[in-house]
Amino acid sequence: MTKTSPLSKFYLALVFVFLYAPMIVTMVFSFNGTESTYIFDGFSLQWYEKLFRDKATMDALKNTIILAVVSATIATVLGTMAAVGINLMRNKYVKSSVMTVTNIPMMNPEIVTGISMMLLFVFAGVMFNKKDVLGFWTILIAHVTFQLPYVILSVLPKLRQTDNRIFEAAQDLGCHPVKAFFKVVFPAILPGIIAGAIMAFTLSLDDFIISYFTNGPDFQTLPIHIFSMTKKRVKPDMYALSTLIFAAMFVLLILMNMAQSRSDKKQRRKQKEGNE
Amino acid sequence: MKKSSFMQKILNAPYMLWSVLFIVAPLIMVIYYAFTDATGAFTLDNISQIGDYTSTFILSISYGAVATVICLIIAYPFAYFLAQTKASFQRVATMLVMLPMWMSFLIRTYSWITILGESGVINSFLGIFGIEPLKMLNTAGAVILGMVYNFLPYMILPLYTVLSKMDNSLVEAAQDLGCNKFYCLRKIIFPLSVPGIASGVTMVFVPSVSTFYITQKLGGGQITLIGDVIEGQFQTAYNYNLGAALSLVLMVMILICLGVLNYFTDSDDDGGVLI
Amino acid sequence: MKKFFSLITALVIVLSVGLLPVYAEEDGIFSQETIEYYENLGLQGTVLNVYNWGEYIDDEEVDVISQFERLTGCDVNYTTFESNENMYSKLSGGGVSYDIIIPSDYMVERLMAEGMLLPLDYNNIPNYNKYFDGEKYGHLVENGISDYAVIYNVGTTILIYNKNYVKEEPTSWSVLWDEQYKGKVLMFNNPRDTFAIAQFILGQSINTTDPADWDAAAELLFEQRQKVKPEYVMDEVFVKMESGEYALATYYAGDYELMVENNPDLGFALPKEGVNTFYDAMCIPSASQNKKGAEAFINFMMEPEIALANAEYIYYATPNKAVLENDEYSLADSEAVYPENLTNAQEFHNLPIDTLQYMNTLWMKVKGENDTQGLYFGFFSVIILVVIIIIINIIKKTKMKKYYNV
Repeated sequence: MTKTSPLSKFYLALVFVFLYAPMIVTMVFSFNGTESTYIFDGFSLQWYEKLFRDKATMDALKNTIILAVVSATIATVLGTMAAVGINLMRNKYVKSSVMTVTNIPMMNPEIVTGISMMLLFVFAGVMFNKKDVLGFWTILIAHVTFQLPYVILSVLPKLRQTDNRIFEAAQDLGCHPVKAFFKVVFPAILPGIIAGAIMAFTLSLDDFIISYFTNGPDFQTLPIHIFSMTKKRVKPDMYALSTLIFAAMFVLLILMNMAQSRSDKKQRRKQKEGNE
Repeated sequence: MKKSSFMQKILNAPYMLWSVLFIVAPLIMVIYYAFTDATGAFTLDNISQIGDYTSTFILSISYGAVATVICLIIAYPFAYFLAQTKASFQRVATMLVMLPMWMSFLIRTYSWITILGESGVINSFLGIFGIEPLKMLNTAGAVILGMVYNFLPYMILPLYTVLSKMDNSLVEAAQDLGCNKFYCLRKIIFPLSVPGIASGVTMVFVPSVSTFYITQKLGGGQITLIGDVIEGQFQTAYNYNLGAALSLVLMVMILICLGVLNYFTDSDDDGGVLI
Repeated sequence: MKKFFSLITALVIVLSVGLLPVYAEEDGIFSQETIEYYENLGLQGTVLNVYNWGEYIDDEEVDVISQFERLTGCDVNYTTFESNENMYSKLSGGGVSYDIIIPSDYMVERLMAEGMLLPLDYNNIPNYNKYFDGEKYGHLVENGISDYAVIYNVGTTILIYNKNYVKEEPTSWSVLWDEQYKGKVLMFNNPRDTFAIAQFILGQSINTTDPADWDAAAELLFEQRQKVKPEYVMDEVFVKMESGEYALATYYAGDYELMVENNPDLGFALPKEGVNTFYDAMCIPSASQNKKGAEAFINFMMEPEIALANAEYIYYATPNKAVLENDEYSLADSEAVYPENLTNAQEFHNLPIDTLQYMNTLWMKVKGENDTQGLYFGFFSVIILVVIIIIINIIKKTKMKKYYNV
C-alpha cells in the first residue's frame, strides 16, 4: 500500500502549487523596486530595510507572537484539563450538554463570536465603570475561548483510546493519582495535546475577525495593522514581513524533520541491535 | 469512585466557569441585543427587518456550500494519496499544509489580486500563447476561489487524520474477497472517513458563510455576503441591534445546516477528528 | 514532537528579540531649543495612546513616533484604524481610552456633539499660532470646531482617468455612467463618498437629510450598477489604476499623485458639479488619561520638520505654513493636491443617525443587488432534495427495524 503512483504524486504536487502560489507571489513582490504589489519593476531590498525601521509593524508582530504563544499555552492547559474531566464524567446529560457548549465557538461564525465577545466586554466595562477594558486581556480571553474546543477535541479521542484500567492499576499499586496521571495517562495523550497546541497556535496567528472586534489601544496584532492600511495601500514591506515569517518557519520545518529522521534512525539501529 | 468524581470536579471547574463566562454569556448578549432597540426596550423590529436580507442569506449559504464541496473534492484525493506516501513525507507534508496559515490571511488573500488580475500572473502566462486576457477578478469564481484557498487546510487535515489511521487490513481483506478498487472506496474507505468529512465540512463551511474580507478584496465589492452586511451594521450604521439579530439568524441557519450534516454522517460520538 | 515545541519557542524568542529594529538615531533635525522644550514637559514615563489611520504617518524618512518618544520620554502605543466608523465604534463602545485620535470632518462634529472630545488648551500647542494657515483653511474649522480639533491634512475627492481610454479630460462626474467604460470604473467602497458623487450630479447637498434625496441618489447609483458594473474598492484602487486596466476611478487627490508616479498615463479632473473637501484632524477624546502628552503630540506634529516629513509621506495637502514655504517640499506645485479656484466644493457634516442608517440600508441594496433568480431556484431544489433523501432514509430505517424485529 505504500506505493504511490506517479499520477497521485502529480496531484499532490498540483495542490501544493495551489497552496503556495500566493506565497511565491508574495516573495517575489517583496523584492519589488517600486511601491506596487502588482507590477514588478526592478529588484531591490528597500522593503526589508524599511520593515525593520517600522516600529508599528514590529510592535504588531511582537504582539501577534506573544498573543499566539500565551493564548495557545493557556488553551492547551485548560483544554487538556477539561478533556480529562469530561472523559471522567459519568452523567450522560451533563456530558452531552458540556460537549454542546464546547462546540459552540467552533460552529459559530467568527464574526458572531467576535461581536458577542465585544458586546460582553463592553457591558462588563460599563458595569465595573472601567473605561479601557479592551486591550491585551480581552483579546487573550477571546483567543483562548475560540481555541479551547480545538484542544479539547484533539485530546479527547486520545483519552478514549487509553485504557483507564492502567491508570487505576497504578493507583492500586500505591501511586498518587496526580503522579499516576503524569506517569501513565499523560504520555499516552501527549500527541493529542501537541496537535491541539499547534492548532491553537496556528488559529491565533491566523485570526483576524475576532481580534478585530476585541482589540484595544495598547495591543494591536498584525492582521489588524494590515487591515487598517485599507485607505492607503498595502506596501511590499508587508510582503517582506510575510516572506521572513515564511522563511523562518520553513527553516524550522527542515530542522525539525532532520532531527526527527535522525532520531528515527537511532531508534531503528537500537532495535536492530536488540534483535541481534 | 469517589476520588475520581472529586478530581473530575476540580478538573472541570475552570473550564465550566470559562465556558459560562465567555461562551454562554456572550451569546446571551447577542440575544439580548437582537430583541431590544437602541434604548433597551423589547422589540421584534430587528427580527422582522431581516426579511430584507433573505437573498443575501441565501447567497452566502450557497457560496459557502459551493466552496465546501470544492474543498472536499480537492482535499479528499489529496488526503487519500498523502496517506499512502512514506511516513517521513507525510510528516513534512502535513506541516506544509499548515504553513500557509502562519502567514497573514489578509496578505494571502491580497496576493491573489496579483495572480488573477487582468495583467496578472495567470493572464501574462496565457498571453505568451496568444490567449486573450480572461476576466477573473471580481467574479463569483474569484470569491469562491478565495474561500477554497483560505480554508482548504481545514478540510485536508481532518481528512488526512482519518484516512491515515484507517486499518489497511480491511481494504486488503475486501480486495482479497474480489472487491474492485472503486467498490472498495465506496463501501469501505468512504464510510470510514465520514467523521473526518464531517469536521472538515464544518470547519470550511462556517467561516466561508460568514467571511467579509474575501468578498471585499476578490469580489471588487460587487458581491455582498451576509458577513459584509453584519460588519456594515456594526461599523457603518452603528445599528448593533440589527447586527446582533442578523448574527443570531446566521447562527441558527448554520446550526440547521450542520444539523442536516450530522443527520447524514450520524456521528454520535462527541468529538470530531481534527488533526 | 517535543523537539518541535522547543524549536518553536526558540524561534519565537529569536523573532521577537532579533527582529526588534535597531533604530537609526536621527540627530540634528531639531534645534536645541525644540529639544529642550519637549524634554522639559515632564512627560517622562507617561503613556500616550495614539489611534490613527493606517499608513498615515511617516515611518520611513523620519520615524515620527520614535522621535517623539525620544524627545519627550513618553511611551507611545500607536495603533491604526481603517475607517472613521470603525474608529467611532471602538471609541463609543466605551471599552478603550485613546489620547489622540485623527477623525475626519463629519466624525469630528459627531464626536463633538456627543461630548466625546476634550477642548484643547492652545497654550500647550504654541506651534498652532505659528504655523497653521488660517487664511486658507480656517473656514473648515469654524463654529467652534477649532476648540477641539487641529487639522492634520486636507484633501479633495477627485476623478482619476486613464488617458488611454478617456481621450478628453472629463468635466463631469456623469462620465462614470458612460456605458463605453463598462467594467472599467472604480468607485469608493464606502457609502458616504459614493453617495456624494451621485448627489453632486443631482445637485443635492451632500448633507441632505431628506429620505427622498437619498432615494434619488441610490436610484442613480443603482442605474450605474446596471449600466457600467463599477467595482467598489478602497486601497485596491492603487493596484488597479496603476496596472492600466481601468479607465476611471474616484479617490482622494493626494493618492492620485502616488499613482501617477507609477503610471504616467493617468490624469485627474475636478468635475464641474463640485467636489468634496475633507480634512482629518487631531483630537483628544474625553476618556484620555494623558491630555498634556496629547497636546504635546499635536504640537510636535506641527513642528516644521515633522510636518514636512508627514506631508511628503502622505501626499495630502498640509495646512502648515512652514511646509508650504519650504523649497524642499516636492508637492507644493501639485495641482491635484493644492487645487486653485475651487468654486463649488462641499464639506461633509455630521448626519443624524436615522439618515446614516437609511443611507447604509440603501447602500446595501445598491451593492447587494445580486442576480438571485436562478439562485433561489437552485437553493430550493437543493433543500427539497435533502428533505426527500431524509424521508427515504427514515422509511428505509423503519423498514429495516421491522425486518430485524420480526
